[in-house]
Amino acid sequence: MNTVKRRIQDRYRYAMVVLRGLVKTDFKLRYQGSFLGVAWSVLKPLMLFAVMYVVFAKFLRMSDGTPTYPVVLLLGICSWNFVAEATSIGLRSIVDRGDLLRKIHFPNYIVVVSATMGSMISLGINYVVVLIFALFNRVHFTWRVILVPFSVLQLWILALALALIFSTMYAYFRDIAHIWEVLQQMIFYGMPIIYPLSYVTDKGGIYAKLARLELLNPIAQSIQDIRHNFIAPETQPTVWNQFGSWWVPLIPLGLTVALIWIGVHVFRQNSRKFAEVM
Amino acid sequence: MSEQTNQTAASIVDPRLAKHESGELAYTAAPVVLKVDHVNKYFKLPTEQATGLKQAFINWTKGIKGYKKQEVLKDISFEVHQGEFFGIVGRNGGGKSTLLKIISQIYYPNKGSVSVTGKLVPFIELGVGFNPELTGRENVYLNGCLLGFTHDEIDAMYDDIVSFAELEEFMDQKLKNYSSGMQVRLAFSVAIKAQGDILVLDEVLAVGDEAFQRKCDNFFREVSKDPTKTVILVTHDMGSVKKYCTRAMMIKDGEVAVIGDKESVADQYTLVNLEAEKKDNERKAKEAVAKGEYPEGLNERCPLLRTYAVSKPILTSDDVFEFAVEYQYDEPGDFYLAISMNDIRRGGITYDTGAKVFKMKQHGHHTVRFQVPLTLFNSGEFKLFTSLRTPSSTNPDFTDMVAVATGDNACSFVIRNDKGDPYALLNHDYIRITPADGEQNVEMQTFSDSFSDKFHKE
Repeated sequence: MNTVKRRIQDRYRYAMVVLRGLVKTDFKLRYQGSFLGVAWSVLKPLMLFAVMYVVFAKFLRMSDGTPTYPVVLLLGICSWNFVAEATSIGLRSIVDRGDLLRKIHFPNYIVVVSATMGSMISLGINYVVVLIFALFNRVHFTWRVILVPFSVLQLWILALALALIFSTMYAYFRDIAHIWEVLQQMIFYGMPIIYPLSYVTDKGGIYAKLARLELLNPIAQSIQDIRHNFIAPETQPTVWNQFGSWWVPLIPLGLTVALIWIGVHVFRQNSRKFAEVM
Repeated sequence: MSEQTNQTAASIVDPRLAKHESGELAYTAAPVVLKVDHVNKYFKLPTEQATGLKQAFINWTKGIKGYKKQEVLKDISFEVHQGEFFGIVGRNGGGKSTLLKIISQIYYPNKGSVSVTGKLVPFIELGVGFNPELTGRENVYLNGCLLGFTHDEIDAMYDDIVSFAELEEFMDQKLKNYSSGMQVRLAFSVAIKAQGDILVLDEVLAVGDEAFQRKCDNFFREVSKDPTKTVILVTHDMGSVKKYCTRAMMIKDGEVAVIGDKESVADQYTLVNLEAEKKDNERKAKEAVAKGEYPEGLNERCPLLRTYAVSKPILTSDDVFEFAVEYQYDEPGDFYLAISMNDIRRGGITYDTGAKVFKMKQHGHHTVRFQVPLTLFNSGEFKLFTSLRTPSSTNPDFTDMVAVATGDNACSFVIRNDKGDPYALLNHDYIRITPADGEQNVEMQTFSDSFSDKFHKE
């Protein structure tokens, strides 16, 4: 019994050592050769935010009617960027590290995990920026802030699940990179991130009903939860307050569990063959 | 020069040799650290161009599989004990590299299993996962952590690695600024200085410049004496098999052809190579005749001239090598065969019969046999070239060459004595440098040489 425990510890110790090494390297290499270096992790979302803010909030006059709207927008964009980045880097991670996989044996899921962890670091930096904006905007925080880490964890699990599935597929056919790019756009506009959900629901009729279904998407659900709990519990619609029944919120949670299960399963089924197919 | 003599001297006192003489029992007592059990491996090689969706669909509707099963390893089983230096040899495409990748758990066997006890460090291709954008130092740490060492453990080995690679002043340079030789040296140093239990090496003895190779040589000698470290080495160099290995194995067509004593494995391997060369030569000659072309050195006057071994091509200095010359020559008039013997490793012509020594009695298609005693020579590889000559039309004292059996038509043989591998061509029984007559300042010692023990019966 004790030896079994020791062996499990040994195994994960090895995985942790490799993970730490890869994350460190990836992060070091990410802004390799750029003058501003790590500053880009902050600058990039800020610039994106500036563009979106000007276009959507100023020109198109979208707003949920509260002064916190810009911060909510920034928070949404940062969170979505994490998913987009983690999945598209994760998707290529196995093939990009093919050189390594062909020469040395190590638990290769680590490669995918490390790709998502790199994006996690950026997300952390971005959230600090959001926090500063929030303080400037006099957002008042509620006890719900303590729920944020759980939603972030859920978001990471989702990104990891997608990365595991896509990286496996990418090893066999590269078309998936293009397909995922298009899908990303669809998912992005199918979520109330740059537009408030009320913008659609206020129109009434069939659209209002359909728009609420957007929240069943686990990515939308977790991002909305983050926004709701972090900054604007009064205004942000979530799956918890939009549907009357208790079981509806379980749908996106169930989907998250299903996705990670599929991801791990598919990856494990194929991971032995990666060194050969590439 | 002095280096070479040192090596010979070292091989005499090498304690491992003594161990070997007493049998491999020392190793069979140690625990098994690598067990390869009935391993089968095949690859699916695509036969049709099935990369596109359209073609894949067409293949599917037609029921074409689109690939061919290529069996690379068939039922391989062997065990390696702790402390062994195990050599794996075999011709290209024989499945050695695949086996190594299976041992290192990079590939998975289709059937059978591999079990490894202890930490295995593979060095299969050069530059394991090195990143050109990182500095040498960062790469060492990355590499180490991929092998499963923590930061502290790498700290402990770091200086050792760097000094072995002799790259102290380059460690903070990016790897992309390294020369390829430096990269290889660094990668190799990480692999061998990492504190693993089993080291898996592929064709790395030819790494780096001469000084570095000598260092590696020392390292291998040391590690082969270490009872806790196990090494598995894939190589084409029979010299290193004999020098370091405790046991060896030859793989042929995906199967274990010979396993056990390193000497017999090395000899078997040389033999297989000679056979393959012979087969290849015969095939080429047939093709050339079919096409109406003449192989290099031959022409329409003499379309066939071939030298080949009659006795076995691996001999000792005690043997007499017998070979035959097959020729086809129909023009009337006298003609002669001249044979020269080339030393492949040392270079140069060792012996030549002279142009007008063998006068041939028969015209047409015939085979004649010759023999040569080998007592004069130390171990070496030799090649025989035969030329067919006629008296010169201008000066009857000279001859003109009609054709020469070179390239594929030449005959190779190998002298391999049991002990030692002296680098000189001639052995001490037939030539000896002595102090000049009347020289008082030199004292002759009794001669001791592992090789001469065999011949020098004093």
